[in-house]
Amino acid sequence: MIEFRHAIIEALADELAADPSVFLLGEDVAAAGGVFKTTEGLLERFGPDRVIDTPISELAMTGAAFGSALMGRRPVLEIMFGDFMALSMDSLINQSAKWRFLSNDQVTVPLTVRTAVGAGGRFGAIHSQNPGTWLHNVAGISIVAPSTPGDAYGLLRSAVQADHPVLFLEHKRLFSMKGELDRGLVELGTAAVVREGADLTMVSMMKGVHDALQAADVLAAEGTDVEVIDLRSLRPLDLETVVRSVEKTGRIVCVEEGPVTGGWAAGLVGQLAAQALDLLEDATIVSAPDLPVPFSPTLEDAWLPGVERIVAHVRARLAGV
Amino acid sequence: MLLRAHADMYAIRRFEEHIMRLFLRGEIAGTTHLCNGQEAVCVGLGYALDEDDVVAGTYRGHGHILARGSEELRLAAELLGRVDGLCGGRAGSLNVFDPTRNYIGSFAIIGGSIGAATGAALALKGTGRVAVADFGDGTTNQGYFFECLNFAKVYDLPLVFSLENNGYMEYTPIGNVTARPDDLAGRAEAFGIETERVDGMDVRAVYEASLRAVERARAGEGPQFLEYRTYRFVGHSRSDPGDYRPEGELERWQERDPLTLSRRALTDELGTPDEDIAAREQEVDERLERAIDAALASPFPTPEELEVLS
Repeated sequence: MIEFRHAIIEALADELAADPSVFLLGEDVAAAGGVFKTTEGLLERFGPDRVIDTPISELAMTGAAFGSALMGRRPVLEIMFGDFMALSMDSLINQSAKWRFLSNDQVTVPLTVRTAVGAGGRFGAIHSQNPGTWLHNVAGISIVAPSTPGDAYGLLRSAVQADHPVLFLEHKRLFSMKGELDRGLVELGTAAVVREGADLTMVSMMKGVHDALQAADVLAAEGTDVEVIDLRSLRPLDLETVVRSVEKTGRIVCVEEGPVTGGWAAGLVGQLAAQALDLLEDATIVSAPDLPVPFSPTLEDAWLPGVERIVAHVRARLAGV
Repeated sequence: MLLRAHADMYAIRRFEEHIMRLFLRGEIAGTTHLCNGQEAVCVGLGYALDEDDVVAGTYRGHGHILARGSEELRLAAELLGRVDGLCGGRAGSLNVFDPTRNYIGSFAIIGGSIGAATGAALALKGTGRVAVADFGDGTTNQGYFFECLNFAKVYDLPLVFSLENNGYMEYTPIGNVTARPDDLAGRAEAFGIETERVDGMDVRAVYEASLRAVERARAGEGPQFLEYRTYRFVGHSRSDPGDYRPEGELERWQERDPLTLSRRALTDELGTPDEDIAAREQEVDERLERAIDAALASPFPTPEELEVLS
């Protein structure tokens, strides 16, 4: 068993060892080993040319990561908190995501951006967001978000090896979680059925997958057999796995840690309806309210779509609809 | 070499004039940003670089792309949105680039060229190759500018900051919105970066200063900063007549037109016969006519291309 944060270190170390064009850059990533300890020991192992401490300059870091990728390097950029991605958006949206297309496929941008995301850590409104949905509407960039150490390893290595930009989301409440590490690669754009069930399909990502699994346990005791899908990638989206599950269950509940407006769950349900409306008896979303993440623990817990809210939601849908 | 430089500047001027005409005829859609008046920077800097050095520029990029040696036909075809364009018609004037000539981007949002060139320089450090970030005076108020001056200095990157100060950020005189506008190079000096202020209308001055900076960067002396004082003879973009300029300012700068200066130097200093200069200019005229005609004959991409891609 290995912690999620150590799975990330292992994936980075294996990529650094396998490919001399790979290098890491970010604030506090080298000497300090990362504020979440996700790059610990890598400076000592790979040296200061491969593991680079940067100033707090997201424009320069993201622009430079892009420019180095155009020169054939494989930068892995760490943006400390996902919220800071707002400063990286110009380079990611207007440069990295577009350059291959604009060049008529003459260049590639093999850039990976890792960032710590998510609420529940009492970090307040501007250290708790999920920038994945901000970038979800931007063609040309993949977005992946693991929920287990094994997937973190496998998806991160696939991200670094990809010839296009990938945003790799690391949920802060998963860093200490333990799991198996088989060192297998996970293909970008593949969802995983993490619990099989016949009555209802529940889809989530990152920490939400664990909430969904707990809710499924509670509901199983009440005779409701929930299938849980870990989406793992927002783009490319593995709609096929979701459709296959809904063919069986006819019902879908998406659990999203974020506002419903413009969120991934609304997009997923919309695509599902457009493609397979006849399969759907019910399609709903458990999300956060359309509000910033509050600080006070009582408020933040109420903001999060936790296990109790998921269970109550499913009971209500099954009883009333 | 001055005759060649004159011909290359002349080609950029005539190319931009062709583009303006194609616009007015409705052949080119959208917008475009021409560099008339700033040709000495494109050519003088271009001559100071090796083929495998790397340049990132702005939406006012046609001149720099041509100075990198890209084909006039393919640049024109790109601006026309045709399949033979440098980017197959996907990029257009604002975004066109030519990676085969190590011109890695025309950045439609200012500051982007500095970030990209900083990253290129990070990748090129220790190889003997140099990256150039080309940008205008308006960019000296962008976050990228300050962050990358620091970043490049901290890591001693082989990066040349190339500031084309034409006095205007779009429609607004740079001095109206900038602290200490007469000392933009001083902003780089504050970071301990070696700077040089250059007459951007004189192609020889541009070449000599650029060569000094490029050689220092190539030798591992870290980032260099050049401020070229120049002027654009046309509006900011297609829709801008440029009537915000004080009366007489354009005319004063036109007296120092890079082509006038190079022609004068050729005849007065080097004794080049007028007919030799005229012959070179005529060669360029004929070459450009052929290139533009060929670009106009290139087909548009077909909509099916999007189906293949998506």
